[in-house]
Amino acid sequence: MSGAVLTYALGFGFAALGLALALNLWRLIKGPGPEDRILALDTMVINAIGIIVLGGIAGGDGSNFEAALLLALVGFVGTVAFSKFLLRGDIIE
Amino acid sequence: MSGMATFGEWLASGLIVLGAGFALIGSWGLVRLPSLMERLHGPTKASTLGLGALLAGSIIWFQLVKGEWTTHEVLVSLFLFVTAPISANMIAKAHLHRLRQGAVPGPAGTPAAPSESSDWATYEAPHAGTPGCFVEEERDGFAARRDSM
Repeated sequence: MSGAVLTYALGFGFAALGLALALNLWRLIKGPGPEDRILALDTMVINAIGIIVLGGIAGGDGSNFEAALLLALVGFVGTVAFSKFLLRGDIIE
Repeated sequence: MSGMATFGEWLASGLIVLGAGFALIGSWGLVRLPSLMERLHGPTKASTLGLGALLAGSIIWFQLVKGEWTTHEVLVSLFLFVTAPISANMIAKAHLHRLRQGAVPGPAGTPAAPSESSDWATYEAPHAGTPGCFVEEERDGFAARRDSM
């Protein structure tokens, strides 16, 4: 079933998302301020979700989506907690 | 039927390439753009358009393979579409807060403080003794406001 077109598309997708993760890592290391690093981490989570979705397509089973949903949840909570800490000096007041 | 499968495969492949391309462009923008407010643009597009296209491609692919419509992807993309603007807004608020504290140099200098009656959450003084509270005047202002209550 898995034809040549989809194989090439998956190869391109994995390569593009891996390169995107490397670029995010560069921003995470270099980023002048903590808010840049928060943004880089948030984008890394988004790209990791993309890789999980592509892995689900390549693997052919639908069990990866719980992982994607959990990662989306934890990434969002983490971003909000980091931003809240910068804003208020406290996460839960 | 095989014509249908070929068309679906092309559609899923096109959506995967589109989504991965958007994610790559978003991360490229995160590296290239000069200031944080501009940098916020790239990743927000990556998370909506990029992951949206990837998840749509996944829905179509699983329909082709298993012959059934899956809803997990809809759940993930719905959650991401709801949370991506919120996290971008929180990061922008944190950035504005740090600009006002003078912790980071802004491209147009330190922005003016909002009016005294403003109840905008970012400008309420951080609690005394917490890491966010490192500007002396703000700590005094907070103490004064707390004492007047």
